[in-house]
Amino acid sequence: MKLEIVTAERLVYSEEVSGVVAPGIEGELGILPHHAPLLTILKPGELRIMKQGQEDAYLAVSGGFLEVMANRVVVLADTAERAEEIDEARAQAAMKSAQERVTHRAADVDLERAMASIQRAQARLKVVRRRRHPPQAGGGG
Amino acid sequence: MANVRTIRRRIRSVRNTAKITKAMQMIAASKMRRAQLSTIAGRPYAQKILEVLADLMAQPAEAEDIHPLLRKREVKSIQLIHITPDRGLCGGLVSNLNRAAAQFVLGSQAPVRVVTVGKKGRDFMVRTGRDVKAVFTGMPDRPGIADISAIARLAIDDYTSGQVDRVVVSYAEFVNTAVQRPVVEQLLPVQPAELRAGEAVGYIYEPASLRVLGALLPRFVEMQIYHAMLEAIASEHSARMVAMRNATDNANELIDSLTLLMNKVRQEAITKELLDIVGGVAALE
Repeated sequence: MKLEIVTAERLVYSEEVSGVVAPGIEGELGILPHHAPLLTILKPGELRIMKQGQEDAYLAVSGGFLEVMANRVVVLADTAERAEEIDEARAQAAMKSAQERVTHRAADVDLERAMASIQRAQARLKVVRRRRHPPQAGGGG
Repeated sequence: MANVRTIRRRIRSVRNTAKITKAMQMIAASKMRRAQLSTIAGRPYAQKILEVLADLMAQPAEAEDIHPLLRKREVKSIQLIHITPDRGLCGGLVSNLNRAAAQFVLGSQAPVRVVTVGKKGRDFMVRTGRDVKAVFTGMPDRPGIADISAIARLAIDDYTSGQVDRVVVSYAEFVNTAVQRPVVEQLLPVQPAELRAGEAVGYIYEPASLRVLGALLPRFVEMQIYHAMLEAIASEHSARMVAMRNATDNANELIDSLTLLMNKVRQEAITKELLDIVGGVAALE
């Protein structure tokens, strides 16, 4: 099964994979080869890529779409980053400022957008930390 | 009559100018290539989003289900997003762009308000007394989606809130290195006719197709603005490259003719001195 991850700026990933777990808007969803044609909205979260005989890879996506068609999975991501591309300090700072905006809720704060940036930062931090402390067991796919 | 010294000074100054224009030409060439690469890098996303949108449009929908960004209204007010360079020295590009935009404004029935991207367009719109609603300047040479999302949000918000009934974008389309064509394209309402009719794949939509469409359309608009921006940047740099090449050529031509003039003046001076000496010797005999 071919997996392609594209953003408006570049092609992020294009490889043969054996499975994908994506953060769908209605819950995590796993896609294995020969899945039926599907189109879904993604929410910010981590995208898990499974490959035969390899450790799972994780990418942080900040929303977008996922399309399955003819044994091909295409992720139209708003942004997609591998763990090594993520600036952890920046994600943390973004998380903090967004949390502040939510807690001291001023009149002009857009709650929805603040929550969205929290989710995005969370996704990035999760992927970064997973790389630093890889799970000892149950990591295989 | 100019003497040799002033001409030599003049040649030196022209030569310095030529060095600068040559450097600017080379910088513009490399920036143009980068902008073109970005355009190519964004192509898979654009292609895919068009395909998905075409499939969504093929879904049967009730009239009242038509998404707000697709719904056509009577046009009482138009928003023009005018994309221009921040800097000049790019030949006729800026004036061509501004002329095309002005023509659009004068030719449209409904009042037009302008959102400018780039200093040159802002200055023109302010000078000609247009209704300037918002101004964006200082776009980076390699913009990301994040850089243009504010422009897209403004357009979408104004359209959905009913402040404007049509949004168009004007920018310089990059045809090739020598040709940049000013174009005015409709952004909102999204025109389904523009979408290539793909065969309906029959996806399972999750959630329902209408909500997917609602999430997709704003991104489609964003992508169109992003694309226009990249085209505009490629056009700016290619126009500047050509302008600077012409300037360098002209400077070199000027140096040649000045050098010729300098030699002529010097020879004349020498001849005159010789005549003086010969005359002096003749007078003594």
